[in-house]
Amino acid sequence: MSAALRLIARLDVKDRYLVKGIQYEGLRKLGDPHDFALDYYRQGIDELFYLDTVASLYGRNNLSGILERVTRDVFIPITAGGGLRSVEDVGTVLKAGADKAAINTAALLRPQLISEVARAFGSQCMVLSIQAKRRDPLNPAAGWEAYYDNGREHSGRDVLGWAREAQQLGAGEILLTGVDREGVRRGLDQELIQAVCSEVTIPVIAAGGASNSGDLMQAARLGAGAVAMGSLLHYKQATIPQLKKELAENGVEVRPCIQQ
Amino acid sequence: MHPTVTIVDYGRSNLLSVQRALEYCGAIVEYASTSEQVAAAGALVLPGVGAFADGMNLLRESGLARAVCTRARQGVPLLGICLGMQFLFDSSSEGGITPGLGLLPGTVEAIPGHTTQGQPLRVPHIGWAPLYPAQQREGFSGSTLEAIPTKSQVYFVHGYRAMPARQADRLADTLYGGHRICAAVQRGNITGVQFHPEKSGEVGLAILRTFLGSCPA
Repeated sequence: MSAALRLIARLDVKDRYLVKGIQYEGLRKLGDPHDFALDYYRQGIDELFYLDTVASLYGRNNLSGILERVTRDVFIPITAGGGLRSVEDVGTVLKAGADKAAINTAALLRPQLISEVARAFGSQCMVLSIQAKRRDPLNPAAGWEAYYDNGREHSGRDVLGWAREAQQLGAGEILLTGVDREGVRRGLDQELIQAVCSEVTIPVIAAGGASNSGDLMQAARLGAGAVAMGSLLHYKQATIPQLKKELAENGVEVRPCIQQ
Repeated sequence: MHPTVTIVDYGRSNLLSVQRALEYCGAIVEYASTSEQVAAAGALVLPGVGAFADGMNLLRESGLARAVCTRARQGVPLLGICLGMQFLFDSSSEGGITPGLGLLPGTVEAIPGHTTQGQPLRVPHIGWAPLYPAQQREGFSGSTLEAIPTKSQVYFVHGYRAMPARQADRLADTLYGGHRICAAVQRGNITGVQFHPEKSGEVGLAILRTFLGSCPA
């Protein structure tokens, strides 16, 4: 028996707004991220994941204000990411109220950062974010390449090898986004989830394209410990109690929703 | 009216979440980074994230370790959270054998990397899991967990588990990979929780409120 499947709300933030991108291109403003966070918490979401979408552009993560506010009335785990480049950057978001830090670009450029963060704050704080893009969209056997800068730059690294190396360096979790599916609600990249889950023993968070409880069920069966959802929740395609009810009815263990 | 609690600050943990949750539950929160401040506290919370050896070294060098033990033995309510619960025991095998505070007999060991069926098990254990009464316990009545129903789910993040030497100290367990993992311990005024009540939604807040009920106003 493993832990219950965690449902994570992914909140992409630009300045003070919750935004939603489609395959990392074109952002739409959706509102105040705090209102969304509070609503999801009350509905029974298991975790929140905040991503500063323009942090790399400005050279710094701007989530502190949002994190300090949300920790006053939301009492579930919070991960922050976007533009984190050093142990000091991670320390800043943790101090502001995040429990974990997600790192992509800086880890690709300098993998040792994973070890430094794990040593300073523990592996459980170090979430490696991988943006995976198929080398050949039609042929999963060709594998996936790790991208950065919101899916625009390619690293040349093979996703499976990178996931394995990151685990060895001390990553505690992997946030795995299938870039091809991001924001299009066309279903998660199942081959990708399965391949990474069998490559590492640390928990894998499947992200990018979840469109219904069936996708979440698939992710759980393929070995994912959690699923991160953006569009599905933000556009109110589903409520959290409804998703959890459908998961439980189909034999996927979830944390029951309680009136918060 | 408001209970006052003192969070032991040894310079490592994410204290803000614990502070915010305690304040939300009506507490006045103070910090102690010196042994004098600990000695003056009416109730103590010992948080913890990170590595056992590192944390214990900081506690010992600052004199906080001895002060916390003294205050706990004087009967002041003490709540250890996550690594803070592991500190309560005699020693941990994380990063070599490192002595703990020794307030409760027992050790801290790595969570096995396999299930009881021999399948690979993902470690660290991260996620929500239910609380069961420890063996030989009926339920949670009369304990810091008394406000919550059994099987309530709480949030865990840990790679090591406490192995209390005395079954009577063991309050709650969770199951991971078929293993019974010690989730909470209590002996008198000393409580330890392996999970994060400050990150466990309403269930966690209910536990904190019970703890605060034992703290002086």
